[in-house]
Amino acid sequence: MSEALNFHFDVDGDDFTSAGQASVQIKKNLRQLGISPDTIRRVSIAMYEGEINMVIHAGGGEADVSVTEDYVEILLTDHGPGIANIEQAMQEGFSTAPDAIRSLGFGAGMGLPNMKRYSDYMNIDSEVGKGTTITMRVNL
Amino acid sequence: MKMTTIKELLCADVVCGEENLDSNVFSACGSDMMSDVLAFVKDQAVLLTGLVNSQVIRTAEMMDMVCIVFVRAKLPTPEMIELAKECGIVLMTTEKRMYDACGILYTNGLVGNKIKK
Ligand SMILES: Nc1ncnc2c1ncn2[C@@H]1O[C@H](COP(=O)(O)OP(=O)(O)OP(=O)(O)O)[C@@H](O)[C@H]1O
Ligand SMILES: [Mg+2]
Repeated sequence: MSEALNFHFDVDGDDFTSAGQASVQIKKNLRQLGISPDTIRRVSIAMYEGEINMVIHAGGGEADVSVTEDYVEILLTDHGPGIANIEQAMQEGFSTAPDAIRSLGFGAGMGLPNMKRYSDYMNIDSEVGKGTTITMRVNL
Repeated sequence: MKMTTIKELLCADVVCGEENLDSNVFSACGSDMMSDVLAFVKDQAVLLTGLVNSQVIRTAEMMDMVCIVFVRAKLPTPEMIELAKECGIVLMTTEKRMYDACGILYTNGLVGNKIKK
């Protein structure tokens, strides 16, 4: 593989039921590329958490995944409310999710820490009122 | 532990994936919060949960889990059953509560796993 393979997804912010479909698709694509199950699982979980966050906190967004020789890169872009205090948001247990979201099984404040845990590199770029861009890489 | 044993110990009904009941599971996790589940990775695990929506199936799929047991007699929706069939996940439902269901599996030798830091 000399050139990067790119995949693009629009993540619908109005449909909680279908949230996660981009991650499901990426999981299939990576399987076809013969990437190791452990690596695929790390990419899938990190991307799924990010995708769910875009749906529940930011009204949807876009996901771009590129596979290079050295790593899988996941780029998540949204134009939601942004994250005021990234350090606080990264703490296990910190969540601003309302009860309605908690009753759907999310809002434990574990998503961002999980994304950090499963990726080899993660960067959050966020501006309040403008949106959030998260870059994650999992090495191959 | 074989999934047939889980079914017997929990007096569970199998909703789908009957043909996979002979396979083994090596660990388990019980939670209604999906990101708590996603913090834990172990091969061939079973998820016990009281939560019923499509994200439960997707969470298990992302984790490569092989079985989901719904506690307190909760029943998955037709869409959830479809999703589970597509990725070969066994679904069961038991009348037992979360605490009891986990306790029964644990005392019969199916242990949990440490969170990967
Ligand atoms: N894309 C985003 N846009 C705006 N705010 C976000 C975004 N992602 C995360 N946040 C903020 O960071 C907090 C922590 O996120 P994290 O994913 O760790 O937890 P959570 O989504 O609240 O719960 P969980 O992931 O456990 O279901 C969120 O509650 C929210 O306030
Ligand atoms: Mg989250």
